Amino acid sequence: MNKQNKAVVFFKENMGIIAAFLILTVFLSIFPATSKSFLTAKNIFNVLRQISTNMLLACGMTMVIILGGIDLSVGSIIALSGVLAAGCVSRYSLPIAVALVVGVLIGLIIGVFNGFVISTTTIPPFIVTLATMNIARGLAKVYTGGSPVRVVTKEWQFIGAGYVGFVPVPVIIMIIVLIITALIMNKTKMGRHIYAVGGNAQAAVFSGIKVAKVKFFVHAFSGVMAGMAGIILASRMYSGQPTAGEGAEMDAIAAVVVGGTSMSGGSGKIGGTIIGALIIGILNNGLNLLNVNSFWQDVVKGVVILLAVFIDYVKNSKAKA
Amino acid sequence: MSHIHKRFPGVYALNDVNYELKAGEVHALLGENGAGKSTLIKVLGGIYSADEGEIYIDGQKVEIHEVKDAQKNGIAIIHQELVLVPYMTVAENIFLGREHGNGILADRKKMTESAQELLNAHEMNINADTLIKDLTIAQQQMVEIVKAISYQSKILVMDEPTSSISDKEVAFLFKTMRNLTAKGVGIIYISHKMSELEEICDRVTVMRDGQYVDTKVVKETNKDELIALMVGRELTNYYTRDYLTPGEVVLKCENISDGKMVQDASFEVHKGEIVGFAGLVGAGRSEAMKCIFGLTPNSQGTVYVNGNQVHISNPVDAVKHGLALVPEDRKLEGLYGVQSVKFNSTIEILEQFIHGISVDDKKEVEVTQKYIDMMSTKTPSQEQVIGNLSGGNQQKVMISRWLATNPEILILDEPTRGVDVGAKSEIYAIMNQLVKEGMSIIMISSELPEIINMSDRVYVMAEGKVAGCLDHTKATQEAIMQLAAN
Repeated sequence: MNKQNKAVVFFKENMGIIAAFLILTVFLSIFPATSKSFLTAKNIFNVLRQISTNMLLACGMTMVIILGGIDLSVGSIIALSGVLAAGCVSRYSLPIAVALVVGVLIGLIIGVFNGFVISTTTIPPFIVTLATMNIARGLAKVYTGGSPVRVVTKEWQFIGAGYVGFVPVPVIIMIIVLIITALIMNKTKMGRHIYAVGGNAQAAVFSGIKVAKVKFFVHAFSGVMAGMAGIILASRMYSGQPTAGEGAEMDAIAAVVVGGTSMSGGSGKIGGTIIGALIIGILNNGLNLLNVNSFWQDVVKGVVILLAVFIDYVKNSKAKA
Repeated sequence: MSHIHKRFPGVYALNDVNYELKAGEVHALLGENGAGKSTLIKVLGGIYSADEGEIYIDGQKVEIHEVKDAQKNGIAIIHQELVLVPYMTVAENIFLGREHGNGILADRKKMTESAQELLNAHEMNINADTLIKDLTIAQQQMVEIVKAISYQSKILVMDEPTSSISDKEVAFLFKTMRNLTAKGVGIIYISHKMSELEEICDRVTVMRDGQYVDTKVVKETNKDELIALMVGRELTNYYTRDYLTPGEVVLKCENISDGKMVQDASFEVHKGEIVGFAGLVGAGRSEAMKCIFGLTPNSQGTVYVNGNQVHISNPVDAVKHGLALVPEDRKLEGLYGVQSVKFNSTIEILEQFIHGISVDDKKEVEVTQKYIDMMSTKTPSQEQVIGNLSGGNQQKVMISRWLATNPEILILDEPTRGVDVGAKSEIYAIMNQLVKEGMSIIMISSELPEIINMSDRVYVMAEGKVAGCLDHTKATQEAIMQLAAN
């Protein structure tokens, strides 16, 4: 009884974006210019692979935003983790496994640093992560001298461009991460505590919740997600690019917000974020298939974000009246 | 002000209130919390509009519908929480919104000069170039007064101006007030402190439950008479209380201090007892409870639970030792407003049904339902967002949350604030039931009738200290107020 209820409630609460998602999919499936290319297994996996890095970032960002914060550093972490991981392989001839650990570790270190500052001071997360965003991007450029770190080792491409059977590896990673995130948010005490701290930090203190620990965890998680995304991207591009992931934090925020998570914290669902990331991914894909100029793609994306948030706003103001 | 009426949904905040202020007098407005003093002042200041009634100034009927109308009519209000812009200078604050200059550019120099003149004229030793944030509370108050005078105000309202300043500063404040009255300014003075009335006020008007009670000349009345006027309401009979013989001591607190609001407070609670904590706002009652609940770092004192000394440094320890605290400010300190009734009910007992990554949904639903039934909380479902419930039902969920921890000692801080009459009565009945079952309750309340009718014993706190303890047979409103108003 309960399981069914939850699905119904989720559907009702996210009717706007679910409808948008369906309309978009159906449109691209039957529109003559795209009907042949859109609904093919190849293209669907293509879309999923394209959105995989954004989805990873969005998983961390969902937690951060529910906590009432923001993490601007994730785009730069992609670059730093990518160039260092690539560097491990190409410059120091280290095993790929070491490179992967280094990449994830970079994300963890920056995330831990964000978490430490945010949980022990009252400096706003926006400022803290704005600073680490610049630091990480700068370090990536310093390390590379501004040019890509190329990797010629064949095995390096497995993570970003390889397949297991017919499923791209990044898609598998994305699904595993989504499951872990969903479990943390819905099934653990930590998940409840994230909602509690984001909803009312003062009340959380009265409840005996260790607010600092929760903030610390969430930012570290977000950093790790970005570190993993950095590796995937560097692998797919055969190189660590110091400019990789520029603006990626904004795409992640967009996916979270389109997915119905409130910027004021305390509420939101990972399911919404998944749909949000899918909408943005399909939109990009569809516009590409339709040969829309990439400058116009940005405009369309912006309008869609605004629409999605506007639906949310109308729904909420009605609920209050 | 004559025959002023103001109604809010469900509350008759002002019922036919009359108030008269003469030029050059200090006229006190006296009443318990919730008596309607603030509402009356807000009507005068244009923050609220009266539903009925007239306001006359110098014999002329005036219409006050917004703050600008009040300013135009020479009314200035100094609120309890000062409203100055912290990162602007004294001069800029005084002339905020009517800066000297040619319409585009503000003439800072001229503004600073005229502000300094005003300050000097009132013997205030404040530099007009200082930033507000660098001033003491008392100095900020002085700036507010100068600002008010600079509007050529004839009527000055001061809402508890002495609540956060020292004795010396109070003396200076009174001197400034006398200077003003000598110039013909009328001052409406709101205060809880009886001793101040005799010193500074000429007349006093008492309000109670939104109604005008009486106006007295201060010299012809006394503290006892005023207290009787303030609290003289008839007690309603919606309290449920069976007095039983309390058991042994379950909680004993010695010399609790937090270095600021609480000084050496000692008290004890017996099994099956409701202990009331009365006192004025700011007497340190909530702060004392926060100390024993582990919410105040560096607090001092010794706490014994069932005779054993315990060390409580955070709320988790407190819960472990059988304490629970339902905080005073529901919105700020308790509710997760965007979350469900269920989320709010079980946040304290997650370990009972979440193990690793497995959630026992059934158990969570059962526990939530148990307390919904027990408290007769009215909610469409467990998934209902709690922010949409009424205050009374929100409060019931807050109490549920802490009852779920199975406490021995339940601390309720203002349990019926913002709760409608029906739910209040239900909460009283539940409290009675809980102590019958052996729980002990500490109830902080600013509503004297509630304290008197529900408590076995009443501790009265004043200025951070326990001023006395009264048995329920001796706890009258007068006796409590005598202890509370130093």
